[in-house]
Amino acid sequence: MTGNAPPAVVAEGLTKRFGAFTAVDGLDLTIATGEVVGFIGPNGAGKSTTIRMLCGLLRPSAGRASVAGFDVGRQPEAVRAHIGYMSQKFSLYGDLTCRENLRFFGGIYRVPRPVMEERIRFAIAMAGLEGREDRLVSTLAGGWKQRLALGCAILHRPPVLFLDEPTSGVEPEARRRFWDLIHTLAAGGVTILVSTHYMDEAEYCNRIALIDAGRLVAMGSPGELRGLDLGGALFELGGVAAGAALAALREMPGVIEAAIFGDRLHVLVRDAATAERMGPFLKRRAVEPGALRPIAPSLEDVFVRLVARRSEEEEGGGA
Amino acid sequence: MFERLRAMLMKEFLELRRDRWAIFRLVVPLLIQVIVYGYAATFTVNRVSTAVLDLDRSQASRSLVSHFVATGRFDVVDVADRQEQITRDIDSGKAALAIIIHAGFAQYLYDGKTAPLLVVVDGTNSNTALIALGYVGQIVAQFQAEEMAKAWPAQSGAAPATVAVSLQERPWFNPGLEDRWFFIPGVLGTLTLVQVINLTSFAVVREREMGTLEQIMVSPIRPIEFILGKTLPFFLIGLADVVLVMGLGVWWFDVPFVGSPLVMLLGSSLFLLGALGLGLLVSTFSRTQQQAFALNFFLINPIFILSGFAFPIAAMPRVLQWTTFLNPLRYFLVVVRAVFLKGVGVAFLWPEFAAMTALGAGLLALSVLRFHKSLD
Ligand SMILES: Nc1ncnc2c1ncn2[C@@H]1O[C@H](COP(=O)(O)OP(=O)(O)OP(=O)(O)O)[C@@H](O)[C@H]1O
Ligand SMILES: [Mg+2]
Repeated sequence: MTGNAPPAVVAEGLTKRFGAFTAVDGLDLTIATGEVVGFIGPNGAGKSTTIRMLCGLLRPSAGRASVAGFDVGRQPEAVRAHIGYMSQKFSLYGDLTCRENLRFFGGIYRVPRPVMEERIRFAIAMAGLEGREDRLVSTLAGGWKQRLALGCAILHRPPVLFLDEPTSGVEPEARRRFWDLIHTLAAGGVTILVSTHYMDEAEYCNRIALIDAGRLVAMGSPGELRGLDLGGALFELGGVAAGAALAALREMPGVIEAAIFGDRLHVLVRDAATAERMGPFLKRRAVEPGALRPIAPSLEDVFVRLVARRSEEEEGGGA
Repeated sequence: MFERLRAMLMKEFLELRRDRWAIFRLVVPLLIQVIVYGYAATFTVNRVSTAVLDLDRSQASRSLVSHFVATGRFDVVDVADRQEQITRDIDSGKAALAIIIHAGFAQYLYDGKTAPLLVVVDGTNSNTALIALGYVGQIVAQFQAEEMAKAWPAQSGAAPATVAVSLQERPWFNPGLEDRWFFIPGVLGTLTLVQVINLTSFAVVREREMGTLEQIMVSPIRPIEFILGKTLPFFLIGLADVVLVMGLGVWWFDVPFVGSPLVMLLGSSLFLLGALGLGLLVSTFSRTQQQAFALNFFLINPIFILSGFAFPIAAMPRVLQWTTFLNPLRYFLVVVRAVFLKGVGVAFLWPEFAAMTALGAGLLALSVLRFHKSLD
């Protein structure tokens, strides 16, 4: 993470329209070399579309982007030679063995012959696939498949990696292992943009880009994002019937937002006075008030709030 | 270029080898269709109901009729003595074919002139009619050769006059019949086309469905390398199809093959360019294999109908005739029949070869262009 190396990824006003629908809307993004950036956003936010534009798989409708110093629109070939990509959908050949898949991707990336076998060995060791080299990929469990896909994506030693939800549907232990690999690669100077739905994974990133409805909502380190001003104070309400309490609180003046987190509620209130009135308010609504305590916002609180605020603004603007 | 192409080909080969049913799927339907087509055609042709009208009543004319009977392929159902009787036989369906020998047939022969033999065919059943005409041709050729041998010694001194029998084919309901013995050769072109279009389009669409296409396209591979890697195996399979059907036709169904295998190979290769181009083109319009299947279905039927395989092109409305010029199968059928039955070479077939080359190049170029777009 050297301060003055040129950024590995730059996007300026990156936009993708599918017909009348805008999937990605004027996205600005800068990723420094060696950074691990998490790409977070609800379903359909435009994460995959952005990544596919950065890979040169989709032509941007507007704006520009450069990756590893090459312009995505004008030098797509050079970009492709310098990136590794794991698509959201698992996409190795199930009817080939691990080794055959690696050899195939090594071949189309023109990995030089003398180093090919060594790189394949490295990828197999990295994925923990020793002894399974000649198994058909379709017979492997999810975690192995994903690590093998990562192995295929880095055979040509790309300086920039785009990983689109690499850990979706993989059990927690395998997810942790995968993130270890990501950090090992990053320590070796590889820049990584990784999209995910898992909030705990967001914490593993140097910085997080929060995207919603095609727009960048916030960008910063996990610490910075947690410290963002949410426009009120956050409280946790435990020991209540969550559904009934939620319905009641959403009608209470002074409550900006309430959301269910497991068996508790997170309630964002305008001021401390509102928090004090909450117990009596719930009682009047025949809901047993539980234990209320102030908490520091988690990343998820921040994301929920930012996304909600963005759509409120949109509705306000539209009215 | 070559490393990437080799990687593609290697992968295709491995996938094919791992597909236990590949050989079965590739070969068996083809064999079954050829055999069904082949028997459907030959069964009717072994006993063609024939009416004979011999107005010459000469030794030569009787000899000719006996040649027909001797082959066992013609079943003389009526020996007529007036033209109207023949017309009735054909119209009522009693006879599928009539042989009319005009008075003076023998005289013409011995004068060294062209002796007319009128063969009337019930054109409604064009398959039988054409095959039967093929037999008529063979029998007449044999008869002619024998007559020539007899006549030769008589022509002492002077240069021998040519002895020839001309056929007047007059199919009454289907005046556009042009070719003979078209069946197996026609099946050859049609089945190869269907096989190659299906294989190519499904193979590419399958990669799209699996997501591997996206994974490949994000590599520095050039689309042309991917396309070559994807089509080369099917090109070879297409050639194998041609050889297989040819072999079956020649050795099992006794279709004469008088032409050059090299001309056939060249023609098949050019034809396959078009078939591969069409398959690729379909794949650029299809997201799923079902879509590709539906598109192929809509594509293959018109190609078949507008090829001249079953319905004569000359009998089509002018507009449809124009569209057949864009149909690679149209040209290939001409090539196959001509090479099989007439033994002609490139000197005669070059317009067809040129048309297939142009169509193949055009279709491939178009599909490569569309392929770039379809990734979007
Ligand atoms: N080829 C396409 N044509 C039309 N619309 C598309 C296309 N690809 C994506 N979209 C739409 O663009 C929007 C953004 O899709 P995208 O896949 O980028 O979202 P995402 O953030 O990756 O979502 P997820 O978390 O579900 O993967 C979605 O509404 C999607 O339906
Ligand atoms: Mg996605």
